[in-house]
Amino acid sequence: MKFVGDRHLRKEDPRLLTGRGRYVADIALPGMLHAALLRSPHAHARIRRVDAARAREHPGVVDVVCFADLGSAARALPMVPPHAELRGHNFTLFAGDRARYVGEPVAAVVADSRYAAEDARELLEVEYEPLPSAQTLAAGAPPVHDDIPDNVAGRVTLARGDVEAALRAAPRVARLRLRIGRGGGQPMETRGLVADWNAALGQLTVWASSQVPHQIRQFIADLLDLAPHQVRVIAPDVGGGFGAKLIVYPEDVLIPFLARRLARPVRWIEDRLEHMLAATQEREQEHEVTVGFDDTGRLLALRDRFVHDTGAYTPRGLVVPLLTASMLTGPYRIAAVESSFESRYTHRVPVTPYRGAGQPQAVFVIERVLDQVARETGRDRAQVRLANLVRAEDMPWDTGLPNYRGSGHVVLDSGDLPSVLRRVLESARYDALAAEAAAARAQGRLVGVGVACYVELTGVGPFESARVRVDAAGRITAFSGATTQGQGLETTLAQIAADELGVTPEDVSVIAGDTAGVEHGTGSFASRAAVVGGSAVALAARDVIAKARLLAAKALECAPADLEQAGAAFADRRRPERRVTFAELARLAGAATAALGVEPGLESTRFFQPTDMTYSSGAHVALVELDALSACVRILGYWISHDSGRLINPLVVEGQIQGAVALGIGSALLEEITYDESGQLLAGSYMDYLLPTATDVPAMAIDHLETLSPLNPLGLKGVGESGALPVPAVLASAIEDAVGPAGGRVTRMPLGPARLLDLLPPAPLLG
Amino acid sequence: MTARPGSTAHDIAVIVNGAERRARVIPRMLLADVLREEWGLTGTHLGCEHGACGACTVLVDGEPTRSCLVFAVQADGCRVDTVEGLAGDGPGLHPLQEAFRARHALQCGFCTPGILMTLVAYLRRHPAPSETEIREALSGNLCRCTGYQHIVQAALDAAAAGRAAAASV
Repeated sequence: MKFVGDRHLRKEDPRLLTGRGRYVADIALPGMLHAALLRSPHAHARIRRVDAARAREHPGVVDVVCFADLGSAARALPMVPPHAELRGHNFTLFAGDRARYVGEPVAAVVADSRYAAEDARELLEVEYEPLPSAQTLAAGAPPVHDDIPDNVAGRVTLARGDVEAALRAAPRVARLRLRIGRGGGQPMETRGLVADWNAALGQLTVWASSQVPHQIRQFIADLLDLAPHQVRVIAPDVGGGFGAKLIVYPEDVLIPFLARRLARPVRWIEDRLEHMLAATQEREQEHEVTVGFDDTGRLLALRDRFVHDTGAYTPRGLVVPLLTASMLTGPYRIAAVESSFESRYTHRVPVTPYRGAGQPQAVFVIERVLDQVARETGRDRAQVRLANLVRAEDMPWDTGLPNYRGSGHVVLDSGDLPSVLRRVLESARYDALAAEAAAARAQGRLVGVGVACYVELTGVGPFESARVRVDAAGRITAFSGATTQGQGLETTLAQIAADELGVTPEDVSVIAGDTAGVEHGTGSFASRAAVVGGSAVALAARDVIAKARLLAAKALECAPADLEQAGAAFADRRRPERRVTFAELARLAGAATAALGVEPGLESTRFFQPTDMTYSSGAHVALVELDALSACVRILGYWISHDSGRLINPLVVEGQIQGAVALGIGSALLEEITYDESGQLLAGSYMDYLLPTATDVPAMAIDHLETLSPLNPLGLKGVGESGALPVPAVLASAIEDAVGPAGGRVTRMPLGPARLLDLLPPAPLLG
Repeated sequence: MTARPGSTAHDIAVIVNGAERRARVIPRMLLADVLREEWGLTGTHLGCEHGACGACTVLVDGEPTRSCLVFAVQADGCRVDTVEGLAGDGPGLHPLQEAFRARHALQCGFCTPGILMTLVAYLRRHPAPSETEIREALSGNLCRCTGYQHIVQAALDAAAAGRAAAASV
């Protein structure tokens, strides 16, 4: 392969670097109106009346809409995916008679400018009857939905072996209680939409800052009673997603609804406060863990029971807690496991996956367990991990736990986990580092080393699509059902297509995230776009080149074996002066008769439907120092070894890992969405919710292994989320090492400054 | 009909990327909104609208300025430089943009214009920064994609290239 594996510079960069990107807020259509949403100020309230009279009179206002105006669109959005144990409730476009979280949309004002729309929003009068709200995961909280008095959205137990017997038989047993708080994906571009209804065509065109344009199209078609061909959804340049743009939100259907109702283009751009209030969040769980092990630190039994906060609705069903539960054992061999959860409704913004999707919690839990086992057995933390890791000869390794889609077990398909760990220990000089940290501690400094391993579930189905086409002008275009929010898909898919077609990535245009490009598509999440989308592009491109060869042989009147390809043209090896270009072949195919023996068009649409998920793996080492007075954590060194199968573009992969680690640092040390006891958001701005800055994120050393996955044509595994998974775990490990036995134990993420202070060892008496 | 409160329009003239632009704006109209909506310069992005993320950074009379915190009327008579003007009129990229591309210092590209404008102003005054100084100079600009490492490397590369170019003059 010529371009796959190359540190190819990105095709999207010249546009983005010069301000010529086209994000949704950059799209302005003639006659366009602007929407502003009024959101519930209460976590739980009965909505008695919405009075829009004053708002309607405000200059520039064109319309005011609330639940009562929705007509046949006053239905809940579908849930994806369904689950037998799910007692689900999804959003409606507006809160009806009840608001269930602060930030739930209640009404929309549409005006000729955003300034006018926001002014008029202040004039809306809503009569609320505030009600007590569920703000804890404890039993007995006020019900969020009347038909679910216990607030339980689902209860699932996954098990392998007889865990009770194994715990009884284990020479040693330890118990841990662990908590993880809420955070969010926080892309730098908020959500937003522009919708345009063309009455003459009966067609809606929607630009959405989204990871799932095909799903948005389906939801719009469902709720607005349109056929799919009447709706085109385009994800233009998207300024980051990280899961915050993974679900279909009420606004994704509401803005198209308004455009059709008013027969005018409508734009809505979420502001940052709205994003903090109403974009979905994740991670909040409370775990109770019991582990049985022997004197050598070998794990024998593991039981984890946890409670998961799902917020007010379940747009993504039980996906997040199922991922946590099913990925609990991660890279380790444990004979008896029970992993069970209760997902509970609260009067808070819904919980759906963000970068990592339940897996950072699983990694935090199992890695805390391993640190505890190492401490109790007096063994080195890295050695305890090596003793328990799945070995290369165990692959494929069946963990015995059903996967989150219920399509079989979590089966690690490939990899060499002990090698990954050994390599990171080597590049970090782990033993020397540990000795240096111990020496620093002996001098009173709070320096510590941490280590953590992980596997990440990637490349999920059901499918991804690709259409590769050579047009009559010779242009090569690869359309993909996957989308890109900064992951460089325009470049990596072009690299794949270029290799298959014998051209260069510069010859291939990639259009991802336009429902007009491919009829069916899934989108980008779960570290799947390169794996599943890339495989589909490879398959379609292989069809195209096979068809091109067939046509070229006919055109040149030679045997296929005599064809010689030079870029976008073929020649007859025996008569090299006779050439035929891709463009000529496309024209030939464009008028294909039955006699030609091919279907029209030099193109192919293919789907890749993975038979199973593929698992990336890795290990991180961190060196940290805590300030003895402020407990502020400085990360002095960070080392990564990882295996995400074949690298399409190492430059892009390194960028993905670095960005994911930065996000992990935020979720471990800085970022937490908090609410008061009445459900009011306490972190509504970037002054309260701290994203990592350039001074918080260290330089990292990255080492790649490439164990090819057997599950797809190129041996790919996903990488987008991997880097985020072990960061809370490795920092917990390092911080605990730094504060020493006299300091506190890390049982909670994130660790803000106040919690870090509690971990400091008692100050020595002043001499 | 009475005018809307605060709706008295003002005429402003601003030198944007070297060319004069005019607009009639209400007093509370943000500089960012005028750049984007009136003049079509959508390279300047709004990430938080409360001055914390830095995506909307432009240069006002050479100073990095958050265009979400400045009213357009305040820029009347000023020189404003945005990402669209960085590379000049030629087809190529500014050396800092080149360095960003070479180092893969951008992913989604949304924060990038603000970071470029911040760094351009910084490197003009600090032609030989250390890595730590670059990180401090960047600490008012949030990037959610990259983890900053490639941005820091690109800035160091651009600084070195700038020094080499200055030495060869």
